[in-house]
Amino acid sequence: MEVIHTRIWQEQAEPDNAFAALSCHCHGYDVYGELLAQASWIEYLFLLFRGEAPTKQQARLLEGLAIALANPGPRDAAVHAAMCGGVGGSTSASCLMAALGVGAGASGGAREVFNAMQDWQARGTDLALWQSELAVKPVDDPADVWPVAGHPAGFDPYGVRCTTPVLQTLAHLSALDCAPSLSWLQSNRAALETAAGLPLAMVGVAAAALRDLGCTAEQGEMLFLLLRLPGAAVHALEQRDGGYKNFPFFQIELENDPGPTGSNSSQIFKSVVVKTA
Amino acid sequence: MLEEHVGKLVTSMGAFFPGERAVFRGQDLHKSLQDMGWQELYLFGFTGRRFTSQQMKVFNALWNYTSYPDTRLWNNRVAALAGAARSTGTLGIAAAMGISEAQIYGWGAALRASEFLIRAKNLVDEGLNLKELVRTELKEKRGIAGYGRPLVSIDERITPLLKLVREQGLDSGPHLKLSLEVEKILLAGRWRMRMNHAAISAALAADFGLSSQEYYYFSIPAFLAGMPPCYKDAVEKPEGFLFPLPSWMLSYEGIPYRSWNANR
Repeated sequence: MEVIHTRIWQEQAEPDNAFAALSCHCHGYDVYGELLAQASWIEYLFLLFRGEAPTKQQARLLEGLAIALANPGPRDAAVHAAMCGGVGGSTSASCLMAALGVGAGASGGAREVFNAMQDWQARGTDLALWQSELAVKPVDDPADVWPVAGHPAGFDPYGVRCTTPVLQTLAHLSALDCAPSLSWLQSNRAALETAAGLPLAMVGVAAAALRDLGCTAEQGEMLFLLLRLPGAAVHALEQRDGGYKNFPFFQIELENDPGPTGSNSSQIFKSVVVKTA
Repeated sequence: MLEEHVGKLVTSMGAFFPGERAVFRGQDLHKSLQDMGWQELYLFGFTGRRFTSQQMKVFNALWNYTSYPDTRLWNNRVAALAGAARSTGTLGIAAAMGISEAQIYGWGAALRASEFLIRAKNLVDEGLNLKELVRTELKEKRGIAGYGRPLVSIDERITPLLKLVREQGLDSGPHLKLSLEVEKILLAGRWRMRMNHAAISAALAADFGLSSQEYYYFSIPAFLAGMPPCYKDAVEKPEGFLFPLPSWMLSYEGIPYRSWNANR
């Protein structure tokens, strides 16, 4: 019989039901017998991803990051997507799926975190290397399903200067004594921003924090997706209650409107039919 | 820069005029496009072009021949699990569509296959030796997308597809020829890899004028028809009946029991 291999989860079945657990252990710890009473949600989250209990400083770092990321606000594209679900009365899951789908992207989303963490892996704290590579514009890979972002990962493509929330988050998290990457980022932010020609973004702070938590780029991408869901959820619920008449529909300017009489399709299509092979 | 775009979108893709009409890529959807088949409309949406009836038959087959209502397949299984868990059909199928963008199959592999074949064709046209190109690709990327298959080596979709392509007189395209040449090279060498659906469909799409990105867009619904049957089957059976997992099917390979308190 085929089995599912796991290094995370161990169960003992109830004696009379193979489909119900008598006990569940996560990375060796008894979830309902011990963690439930003694661990915090953040400690358990760290344990799930990293396989070990966090130190107090690591738990504080993850908790701080979780607060910083929990709600990017209605202007964020992922939250906007969730609100589009809420306003029309879409299912709750679809609102979160919308937030995940949009918030996954390489511009302001989890793929940007992934890319920034890969940059950290390759460059470490070598300032000269960061400076030379930040000066190079990201290149599109035509074989990759991810469209390329037009800016270096971790920086704000339209920022004028580093925003106050980003500065506050960086200052708070980098003061913890388990955050060497954040501390280095705090010290070298100005030089990095000059090299990138752009201010540091929250995504860049998150990537450094996730690196300091010992996450791989894949783990960082997942955690970032997860940690931003609370804001998407509550804004979707709020717009559901507010109704569509109170939500912007926006204007569209069509560059090729054929007008109310339509057009002769056969005339137009003659010029665009492709015949090859 | 962002200020200029607040509250307004300038586009040539389309718009609807409530109670009046809808415009699709510069055409009135309910007038000039009213008789268009759905797949043709889908292709027109991202290419702005139309295709011959022979090409449309092949495009149709590319979707049909890979629509497998087999619930074991990972993407279909997601749709079916949604049914077994009494989630909605839309949520199950949307999730299954997302899962289809995988690396070892699906749209990650499809895009890589298309990019390779279009690049290879251009390089061969410039005089590069195809065998050398294949060898370099294998060395650098440890594989060629569109060749080899996760579960079995032979792809049952190739023979009927080639038959159809011949019947439609579309078997002389340069990308198709090149894709078959690559297979010959891979079979003759120590790699023993056969062409799979990703390569042949990418080759045909390229011969019909689709870029890699257009081929990627074309591929997105290609597994879709197989998903609703999987969802329906599961949702019509008693809840939770799909591949139920007893505790003994979890093979734990991690750290043995330890105490949280002792750790703290």
